[in-house]
Amino acid sequence: MELLDGRFELKETAKLEGHTDRVWSLAWNPATGVGGIPLVFASCSGDKTVRIWEESPSSGSWNCKAVLEETHTRTVRSCAWSPNGKLLATASFDATTAIWENIGGDYECVSTLEGHENEIKSVAWNASGSLLATCSRDRTVWIWEVLPGNEYECVSVLQGHTQDVKMVQWHPTMDLLFSCSYDNTVKVWAGDDDNDDWHCVQTLDESNNGHSSTVWALSFNATGDKMVTCSDDLTLKIWETDETNLHSEAGYSPWRHTCTLSGYHDRTIFSVHWSRNGIIASGAADDAIRLFVENQEKGIDRSSFQLIFKKEKAHNMDVNSVQWSPGEKGLLASASDDGTIRIWELVPIS
Amino acid sequence: MVSGLINANPVVYQKKERRARNAPCDSDEYAVEPIDQLEIFDHIRDIKDPEHPYSLEELKVITEDAVEVDDGLSYVRVTFTPTVEHCSMATIIGLCLRVKLMRSLPSRYKVDIRVAPGSHATEAAVNKQLNDKERVAAALENPNLLDMVDECLAPSYS
Repeated sequence: MELLDGRFELKETAKLEGHTDRVWSLAWNPATGVGGIPLVFASCSGDKTVRIWEESPSSGSWNCKAVLEETHTRTVRSCAWSPNGKLLATASFDATTAIWENIGGDYECVSTLEGHENEIKSVAWNASGSLLATCSRDRTVWIWEVLPGNEYECVSVLQGHTQDVKMVQWHPTMDLLFSCSYDNTVKVWAGDDDNDDWHCVQTLDESNNGHSSTVWALSFNATGDKMVTCSDDLTLKIWETDETNLHSEAGYSPWRHTCTLSGYHDRTIFSVHWSRNGIIASGAADDAIRLFVENQEKGIDRSSFQLIFKKEKAHNMDVNSVQWSPGEKGLLASASDDGTIRIWELVPIS
Repeated sequence: MVSGLINANPVVYQKKERRARNAPCDSDEYAVEPIDQLEIFDHIRDIKDPEHPYSLEELKVITEDAVEVDDGLSYVRVTFTPTVEHCSMATIIGLCLRVKLMRSLPSRYKVDIRVAPGSHATEAAVNKQLNDKERVAAALENPNLLDMVDECLAPSYS
């Protein structure tokens, strides 16, 4: 354990067991952790199941409330809650995406989205919950429109990546879709006014200071003018767009590279998540979790970031996913090849 | 007649003599013995080539020197040499090596598998694929591929 700053550390508050294979991913329900609603998240695994976990408000302990099984026939690679927290989408290597609804405490599969040729790697909802995106080893990104009655219609199949697409993520305020790939690039996709014709508006690759190997994940800051990406090239990269243009009608404002964080992780960085209060968490195949914040000194042209905490041996094996919780508490959850999920609290060092 | 094999006539080498791993004489029998190069080589030397009835050792696809290990850091790297430069079996061989080590080594181990530099036409692509754990996980859920891997691994368990 090393502390460069000496102000915070991650304290493990729970270790959740139940999955019988590696845990690939987890997602906090965004409608929980506020107004007295207990925190809830979903986790998905190579054991083909999804588990729903809830914090007990009285004891702070965690209980597995549901196991979603016998729907996906292969690894469940990724999961995502709709913005209102009512629906859970799960993406599987079985080439389907399932939509689950919490009906009186039971999770029912209300829709199955088919179309990808092979393994689906990621699923994401846009900010309003009207669109869903999925991506696959078949190199395509699909955009689905959410219709009444649990109907989902594919509105666009986006081709452009030359290899598997590892992750899709929507911009937090605009209907801009970001995808990152085994082809080492991040692509940005925008729709026309009716959101039914989509095209690639920017590719972030090595020629504009992008990554030199597989890009595994990306995440946005709270205001949506900065983005962080992580890669098999062992670096994290920070990208920026013009904030002033963000909400104007002037059209697309391109993203530019501002900073590369290298020399921290020793092996592939699988996951990165930017908290609403500005802390970037990264999880990697070196079993460690690292936290970074932006330096506050003014007068520097380019932004710079510093490591504030490093948790070696956060897990016994690769860390596949790190996610900050919604709500006031600011918990961090991590999922690993060791089959466990760990919950961390960011605490000041006394 | 044109042979369907990628390399129809591979050179077969004699197997190296099996050495017992030399234990230090003052060893405490309860002490944890570090994992060494020979132990790792013993796990993988008898893996069968996907298209010949010979072991990877007999075809010199792997040698003891191709195994680098640091037990303190829980790290292994295996460098293998496909018999021909365009060997389309390279990814299967690499997958076999990875699966055998995954099943044999303690879970704390980090394993890198690569083809020997200059030994394969699409070296970078093969290495990238073999070290992408998502692709490996997906491949191992493919029953045909898993059968092929298990058949190659069978002699290595005896």
